[in-house]
Amino acid sequence: MLLGTTPEGPVRGRRVAVTGVGIVSCCGIGVDDFWDGLLGPAPEGEHRVAGFDPTNWFGPKEARRVDRFTQFSVAAAEMARDDAGEISPDPDRAGVIFATGVGGLESLEGQSVVLQQKGPNRISPFLIPMMMPNAGAATVSMRAGWHGPCETITTACAAGTHAVGAAARLVASGRCDVVMGGGSEAAMTALGIAAFTNMTALSSEGISRPFDARRDGFIVAEGAAALVLEDLDHARRRGARIYAEVIGAASTADAHHITAPAPGGSGAATCMELALADAELAPEAVGHINAHGTSTPLNDLAEAQAIAKVFGTPGPPVTSIKGVTGHALGGAGAIEAVSVVLSIDKELIPPTAGYEEPDPEIPLDVVYGGPRRWEPAPVLSNSFGFGGHNGCLVIAPVRD
Amino acid sequence: MTDATFDKFRACAVEVLQVPQDKVVPDARFGDDLDADSLDLVELVMALEEAFDITVEESELEGIETVGQAYDLVSAKL
Repeated sequence: MLLGTTPEGPVRGRRVAVTGVGIVSCCGIGVDDFWDGLLGPAPEGEHRVAGFDPTNWFGPKEARRVDRFTQFSVAAAEMARDDAGEISPDPDRAGVIFATGVGGLESLEGQSVVLQQKGPNRISPFLIPMMMPNAGAATVSMRAGWHGPCETITTACAAGTHAVGAAARLVASGRCDVVMGGGSEAAMTALGIAAFTNMTALSSEGISRPFDARRDGFIVAEGAAALVLEDLDHARRRGARIYAEVIGAASTADAHHITAPAPGGSGAATCMELALADAELAPEAVGHINAHGTSTPLNDLAEAQAIAKVFGTPGPPVTSIKGVTGHALGGAGAIEAVSVVLSIDKELIPPTAGYEEPDPEIPLDVVYGGPRRWEPAPVLSNSFGFGGHNGCLVIAPVRD
Repeated sequence: MTDATFDKFRACAVEVLQVPQDKVVPDARFGDDLDADSLDLVELVMALEEAFDITVEESELEGIETVGQAYDLVSAKL
C-alpha cells in the first residue's frame, strides 16, 4: 500500500496484517459458522441474522439503548478482537473505521410511529444516539478504550470496503498501530424493504443469482463484519496469528447517476486499476476476484465489463458470496473482506450460489457448483454503491 | 404510599432502568444506586407520565435524587 509517489518513485507504507476477524451474518454468526454457510446453499426466505442475542455483548439496559446495527458492529468487532489475542496497543495509536449504509433505521422508524401516535413529548431521549450512523464506530471505540481516529464511512454498498481500505491506510501511514475496520447494516425494516422494493432493485423471484443470465435483482440482507488491521511488525513482535495482509485499496466515483453504474463499468475499472497500482501488482498477479456481484442486471453486467477490461477474459476465477449472503449493504464490503481472508486461509474459493445459467454477455470464470481449491494469491475485492461510489481492496497471503 | 401505586411506579423503574426490583426502594439514589444517567431519568419520567396519565414539568425534577422523592412527586399528582 502506497502513501504517495515522488519524482524518485512510489513511497511505500508500513505493511498491514489482518490478525483478527469477526462476523455476524445471515449464514452464520462467528467465523466457523459463516464459512460453513458460504459453502452451503443459500438460506431460504428473508436473509435476516437469526438467533442473534445482543445480551451476549451488552447488559440488558445497554442493549435497549443501541440500535441493532450497533449491536452487530460491537459483536463483530469484539469477536475480531478476541480472535486477534492480546493486542495491547498504545490506545492513542489504535483506531476504528466502521461503515454503515443508513445507521439506526429501525430506531428512527419506530420513533416516527411514536411521534404520530403519542406526540413529540414521548420521543425517546436516546433516539439521536441510537440512529446516528457513527454510533457503531463510537460504541466499538468506547468498549475497546481506543483513542485514535474513530470515524464512520457511509458510501452505501461500497462503505464496508471503503472502511477497511481507510483503516488499512491509517496503519500503513504510521498514524495507528491497530485499527478495527468493518461495516454493519440492519435496515430490514418495513420502510427499508418497501423502499428497495419500489425502486425495483430487489429480485422479484426472491433469489440471488449473481452473474446468472436469469438474475433479476438483489436480496436485501443484514449483518456486520470486522477485521483487526495491524502493523505487520507489531503483529510479529507479539507473535500474532497473521491471516493475510491488505496490500492495496482504491476509491473512485462514477460521477454519472445516483443509482445506475457508469456505462461499461468505467468507474469500476479505474478503481480496480488504481487498487492494483496501490498494491504494485500487474493484473496477471491477481489469483481471484471477490466480486460485488449483487445479482442485479445492471450491476453484474457493468462489473463484468470492468473486470474484462482490466483482466481480459475469462480472467481470474470470480465469485460472489451474495448468492448466499444476499446484500448487506454497508456491511457487505467488510463481510466480503472476511470471506477473502478465509479463502486465503483455507485455500478454497467459495462458490457463487444460485449461478447455473451463464450469461453470454458475461464471459468470466465464475466459480459455482462447489468450492474451488486454489493456490492462494492476491485477491481483488470489489464494492460499488448507490451514488456512484466504487471501492476496491487487494488482500494477499503473507509470503515473507 | 399505597402498595398498588408503588408497585406500578417500581415496574416503570425496573423496565426503564433494567434494575432488579428489590433495588427500587425509597432510599435508593438514581445515580449512585441505580446507575441512571440524566437521559435514563428523562426516559423514566416519560414512562411514569404514560403509566399514571400525568404531566411532569422539567422544573419539577430539580433536586429529585431518590426513588422516594420521585414517588412523592408522582403520587402528589394523582
